[in-house]
Amino acid sequence: MPAEVKERQYQGKVHQLSRELMNAWTSQLARANETGEPTGAIMISGNCVEILRAFDIHPIFPEVTALQNAIRHQSLPLILKAEQAGYSSDNCAYVKADIGLFLSGGMGPGTKMPYPTITLCNYVGCNVYVKWFEHLAEATGSQLFMLDIPFLRTPEPTAADIRYVVKQFEELIRILERISGKKFDIDKLREILGYAARAEEGYARSKELCKRSPAPFDCYFDAINMMGPINVLRGTREAADFFDEAVKEFEGMVAEGAGPLSEERFRMVVEGPPPYPYYRSFRNLFTRWGAVAVASTYSTVGGIWEFGFRHDPTRPLESIAEQMLTENLTNRSIVTRYGQIRRYVEEWRADALVIHSIKSCRLFSAGQGDMREYFTKELGVPTLLVESDLEDPRYYAEAQLRNRIDAFFEALEHKKLVAA
Amino acid sequence: MAVDQTIDRCRELIAEPLGVIAERWKESHPGGRVAACFPVWSPAELIHAGGMLPLGLLGGGATVELTHADARFQSFVCSISKSTLELGFQGLLKGVDGLVFSNICDVARNLSSIYKRNFPHFHVDYLHLPQNSTSAGVADYTAEELRRVARGFESAFGVKITEDSIGKSVELYNAIRARLRALYAFRIAEPQKLSTVELYLILRALTQADPEESLIRLDELLAELPGREGRPKDRIRVVIEGAFCEQPPLGLLEVLEEAGCYVVEDDLLLGWRWFTSDVPVNADPFRALGQSYVDRAVPSSTRHEGREHRSKGLIEKVRRSRADAVIFTPPKFCEPALFDYVPMKQGLEREAIPHLLVEFEEKMWTFERTRNEVETFVESMLFD
Ligand code: SF4
Repeated sequence: MPAEVKERQYQGKVHQLSRELMNAWTSQLARANETGEPTGAIMISGNCVEILRAFDIHPIFPEVTALQNAIRHQSLPLILKAEQAGYSSDNCAYVKADIGLFLSGGMGPGTKMPYPTITLCNYVGCNVYVKWFEHLAEATGSQLFMLDIPFLRTPEPTAADIRYVVKQFEELIRILERISGKKFDIDKLREILGYAARAEEGYARSKELCKRSPAPFDCYFDAINMMGPINVLRGTREAADFFDEAVKEFEGMVAEGAGPLSEERFRMVVEGPPPYPYYRSFRNLFTRWGAVAVASTYSTVGGIWEFGFRHDPTRPLESIAEQMLTENLTNRSIVTRYGQIRRYVEEWRADALVIHSIKSCRLFSAGQGDMREYFTKELGVPTLLVESDLEDPRYYAEAQLRNRIDAFFEALEHKKLVAA
Repeated sequence: MAVDQTIDRCRELIAEPLGVIAERWKESHPGGRVAACFPVWSPAELIHAGGMLPLGLLGGGATVELTHADARFQSFVCSISKSTLELGFQGLLKGVDGLVFSNICDVARNLSSIYKRNFPHFHVDYLHLPQNSTSAGVADYTAEELRRVARGFESAFGVKITEDSIGKSVELYNAIRARLRALYAFRIAEPQKLSTVELYLILRALTQADPEESLIRLDELLAELPGREGRPKDRIRVVIEGAFCEQPPLGLLEVLEEAGCYVVEDDLLLGWRWFTSDVPVNADPFRALGQSYVDRAVPSSTRHEGREHRSKGLIEKVRRSRADAVIFTPPKFCEPALFDYVPMKQGLEREAIPHLLVEFEEKMWTFERTRNEVETFVESMLFD
């Protein structure tokens, strides 16, 4: 292996700003716990957080709780607690960590969070969401609303799909009016969507900058700093401002020719969520090789903005429906995802595809062997598939992962040398 | 045909590859088309109404060795998804023209598009069945979704699916489902005369046969079963729950019974007996079917019921069938079954209904451990 590559930017400004914003959000939730302001539990994928915001209902994201507990190495005892209660070792560990937290009398990652006033299941492709929120609603005694988003099974959503979703929005709005005691104000929603669109623009612009070499940030490992603001805080002025700052920061880096590593040797596309319990260790396995993710699918679970879609304040509910139906990774088929990755490989000029296959999330992973077939055999893209989990540390086998990753990049390096 | 003979015939039929059944049917229906439905519910009525043969796409069981599919689907994914894909790779679906999947779980969802990619000659449709059963828009949506599926068949195969023909197919399937309800009621009343293995064979054969023919056989069975010999044994009465998608090996069902259980209710092949009462035959059969999917549905782990606790339907089944206990039989790696296990078990415990968990895989072939567990469970109940 050539001289070791080092990280430059991990604790950069964007990371710091994101942290501050996310901390402010958790403090708001803690306050809501004391003041009794209404809260709504909602999922990350293709979410409609803007609708909750229009009623000043504080959004709670159980997935964020789960991942933060994993990053803090606190997920295993929670998972075990849920397994003692009857959950299977084969069930999604995000759910188990969340339920384990309830069983331990808590809610929220460290900070005490309120129980949700409403549990709003944005069923956007992930069937586990349905179960998760059924269980959550029962555990917290909160009202459950099942927002059923028809899966994208035709090139465009059908007229019936759109009518069904809009009808459900109307029904949801009536419930939110009751919970919040506030009348629905379409102008307020328009304003929120204006902020959302500005944040989306900034996120897309940041990703666009990763087409440059070196990419100014790692669009897998560092994208997490932007996923909080884009998925959790979307629709706030703060999130929109955050992305303006991020773009400035990344543009500066591009001008300087700086990237997240001391050297960018390989440009990769990463598919699948990261192993949160071993985030740093996993990242290091790629850093050693100077491998930088220039694009990732995980960063699009909430919405795919880099291909141009924005919320449209002039068509508020319709554009929220479009985003939920078509403009996010989870409500599309796995084979449609191949097309998304292919674009990344081509337009972001990647050398390789790395598939991180996780046991918990079959939506992501079931069938990724077929994805590997497609990229290696049909497109000739060097592809590595490694397995672990996003929440359960028991599935992370460092030595094995290191061997696979080293062997892959060695071969890739050899190929580069030969080509040169 | 005598009961035993019919059941033997069912056993032979389900051992045949789906493609062979499809080809044989086509010989007697020149130009006919065959569409196979992955669990749980699919609108067999629509397929039939287009003059096609609806079949169940139920995996490869223990008979199909995986040579390609395990490179596509990882080790932590259920067996039925892999063996179903393998059927395609091994050409065992030759003769089948269409495949229907639905949003029962994330695995089935991915399987559907992977099938389409690997085998573009199939007409593959993915049905999004509603999970919000209380919205005022749900019946319209479901009706439109069924119309879309019907139009898909029409353009793929040049068939015609008219409101008239759907009406007739609904009547046929209503009749079949009524017979199935009668068989289930018979087993509750006299489980010693109809074992669960037998009832399962009948049911499964129905998913592999011409429905008109099946109706005749069901009538014969219902006429002959009461006269069958069978002395009650000292067994406990159980409901089995969880095997609504991946098919349990016959050996597993046999072991449950041999170990001292009468299975008096189950969720096997639930989609083929989805409606608790007849689907109305009226001017808009798409809407009638769609509305019935929501309003006349059996409790199922693959549908969000909305108002009811997950355990409610199961407890009702226990009461209705006068069962003593529940044996949960989720397939290994099956998210919907494994998730529902927890609230269902909690509900049973609140009602002091004993339960046991027995995981299975379609390719399982030794059952000794299961036998021991079930025997111990039965003994603990009989001598309690
Ligand atoms: S067995 Fe369970 S996980 Fe597998 S396809 Fe069927 S419902 Fe999905």
